[in-house]
Amino acid sequence: MSKRIGVEVSIAAAEAVGLCDVDVIAAYPITPQTHIVEHLSEMVAEGHLDAEFIPVESEHSAMSCCIGSSAAGARTFTSTSSQGYALMSEICFIASSMRLPIVMAVANRALSAPISIWNDHADLMYSRDSGWIQTIGENGQEVVDLLIHAFKVAEDHRVMLPVTVNLDGFTLSHVIEPIMLPDKAEVAAYLPRYKAPLRLDPKNPVSFGPVGMPDVYTEARKAQDEALKAAKPVIIEAWKEFGDKFGRYYKPVETYKAEDAETIIITMGSISETAATAIDHLREQGKKVGLVRIRLWRPFPGTELVEAIKGAKNIAVLDRVCSFNGGEISGPVCLEVKSLLFDRGMNPKVMNFIAGLGGRDVTVQNFEEMVEKASNGAAPTPYEIINVRE
Amino acid sequence: MGIASEALKNFKGFNLKNMPEVEPLSPGHRACQGCGEVLALRLAMKALGENVVMCSATGCMEIITSPFPQTAWKVPWIHVAFENAAAVASGVESAYKAMNRKGIINQPDVVFVGYGGDGATMDIGIQALSGALERGHNFVYMCFDNEAYMNTGIQRSSGTPFGAGTTTSPPGKKSIGQSTWKKNLPAIAVAHNIPYVATATPAYPVDLMNKVKKAAMVPGPAYLHIYSPCPTGWRCGIDESVQVARLAVQSKVFPLYEVIDGQYVLSRKVAKPKPITEYFKPQRRFRHLTEADVAKIQERIDAEYEDILKKCGGDGKGKEEKE
Amino acid sequence: MAKETGIISWKKLNLGIAITEPGNASQLKTGDWRSMKPITDREKCTKCGQCYIYCPDMVYSKDAEGYFVQNYYYCKGCGICAKECPVDAITMVQEVD
Repeated sequence: MSKRIGVEVSIAAAEAVGLCDVDVIAAYPITPQTHIVEHLSEMVAEGHLDAEFIPVESEHSAMSCCIGSSAAGARTFTSTSSQGYALMSEICFIASSMRLPIVMAVANRALSAPISIWNDHADLMYSRDSGWIQTIGENGQEVVDLLIHAFKVAEDHRVMLPVTVNLDGFTLSHVIEPIMLPDKAEVAAYLPRYKAPLRLDPKNPVSFGPVGMPDVYTEARKAQDEALKAAKPVIIEAWKEFGDKFGRYYKPVETYKAEDAETIIITMGSISETAATAIDHLREQGKKVGLVRIRLWRPFPGTELVEAIKGAKNIAVLDRVCSFNGGEISGPVCLEVKSLLFDRGMNPKVMNFIAGLGGRDVTVQNFEEMVEKASNGAAPTPYEIINVRE
Repeated sequence: MGIASEALKNFKGFNLKNMPEVEPLSPGHRACQGCGEVLALRLAMKALGENVVMCSATGCMEIITSPFPQTAWKVPWIHVAFENAAAVASGVESAYKAMNRKGIINQPDVVFVGYGGDGATMDIGIQALSGALERGHNFVYMCFDNEAYMNTGIQRSSGTPFGAGTTTSPPGKKSIGQSTWKKNLPAIAVAHNIPYVATATPAYPVDLMNKVKKAAMVPGPAYLHIYSPCPTGWRCGIDESVQVARLAVQSKVFPLYEVIDGQYVLSRKVAKPKPITEYFKPQRRFRHLTEADVAKIQERIDAEYEDILKKCGGDGKGKEEKE
Repeated sequence: MAKETGIISWKKLNLGIAITEPGNASQLKTGDWRSMKPITDREKCTKCGQCYIYCPDMVYSKDAEGYFVQNYYYCKGCGICAKECPVDAITMVQEVD
């Protein structure tokens, strides 16, 4: 039976991974991911979880161990943040190309320099093109549910791709929330034992990771691209099944008071709850404003996002990273939204705000100002960094 | 008795009469003519047999065995990247450990092997190797040392010997060639207090195969440093790999020994050592060296050999044997 | 899967382009690389097997009489066997058409 407990989100995330009966966890500590892996190692040490915990000497080796483990057919998990994610990025690209269903929780944190342990989405955007399925949780419950869903999707033979579940460092990872933790048997019914289609097994020898000459490299890339495309319906199907089993339904894009909104702000992650409060305030003032939150970042939910924003005249997109593009184009999330609209011949006014870098608070008032500016079409293009001292 | 000695007490070695016919590495691989490294790998695989999982670093032995759609591997094999073969092997070993314990599989006797060249092992992969040795995974790591980055075109590594010419340590008016002394990786492996470390070369195939087999039998990590001549990079004749490897041992350049539970044991005592000039002679990478350079290197080689002898307990208990 | 070339549709690739035919590199005729060819003089040969053990290309195998014979499909002609033969029973001869 599921039970509701008050628990730190990182601990709940570790418990969720334990409920998935993982075989191998390879991890290196980095703030603010630490509580997740500490709790997992504790579960292993206490015998609550029958798994190998490999305390590796770097994130690069964490992902390398995960590849070896997953290729051997084991259910495999790791977690990281920021610099650690950057260090393992070489191997992340290989994990997806080798089609290994590794699941990773990323406690999102800013990239150095200056070194910052606090939250933004630099690591998430940096890894955008790594070929992983990427979801972003808004609250602790969602993180727990997304982790269980992640294994289900990754290991589906129609998918066979690694998945990251992103949670904002500190602002989500370290808060205590009431969370429903499902029962182990219920999770086992949703998530049967992983059976690798190919594995490192002397009884059936396979060569993984061969040299790809120009006559096969394009085909290898095409196959991987198609796999990520084909993942979307499976992701949605797995959310449906999750909802039917556990009573909590998820979809690629979430909307809040967006149906009749003339101005919509697009956000990702836990900051969306602050944005929702701002929307409530503005609605009380009779303003037709709404919120759209992206939960599935890769594969990019273009159809769902267009459906959510198609009625709006003004769209504000919040980016939580400085992408250093020279200043003549927008930030990464906004660029994708614009590309989507352009391809469909839609032409609302799209404005881009960059905020919440390296742990800087984005307040309800900030959101109100952003949405007001967007409503008036007053935000400068291609983007504006807000909350910065001159 | 240490764990390696315990595991090896009933060890039965190979000899030329009982060579296993099995070839886990198939012909048709694309190694250069006369490659000493693929010869070493072939012999190692004969000793390991087929109940193994091989984790390869990027490098010659990866490139020459795996261009799609062919593989020279008859055993499970994985290549991920340059610097992480030991970490990948750690993951495979842990996966088997967990799945065997949980009753998901029943394959308790599989041998896990990571391997790479000197660059992959001694330079870019030393961190991953050190981590895997320190954590105590039950695996074998083999360094096929051909003393430079041959796959990318003969650039120097920390395994390149002093004085050798490579494409990034070229001899010139202001350069002797490689200006640093070869990193002693077996000693670094020994410093991890692992149960088994050994050096080997394909010129002594029975010795090599026995050491590989021992490494596989020992519980915990084992490290093998396998000297692997490269005619392409060393600029010797394509028929000279075995001869050069033999000269390396006979001239004390590459002593053969084991370190079992921390105890050094000489495998082959060099009773009448040949001067290093005989070892240098077939190799154009040393041709530019002056007499003074050679004398300096000889002095160092002598001292290093003495050091090994001391570690082996004086004159060494090794035997001079024919193969 | 195309036997010797990688020219196939992306739809037919294994996951991660894994190769599932163990040891299929044995299709590749590396004997084409050769300019010199090892010939064994059976009068001199003592069947010691040094040629077999030192061959980097798995060219030698034992026949019914105990001689080690070359598989020229793979022999790259490096000449290690000739060099290492303790009784000089192997000679390298020029390949001609």
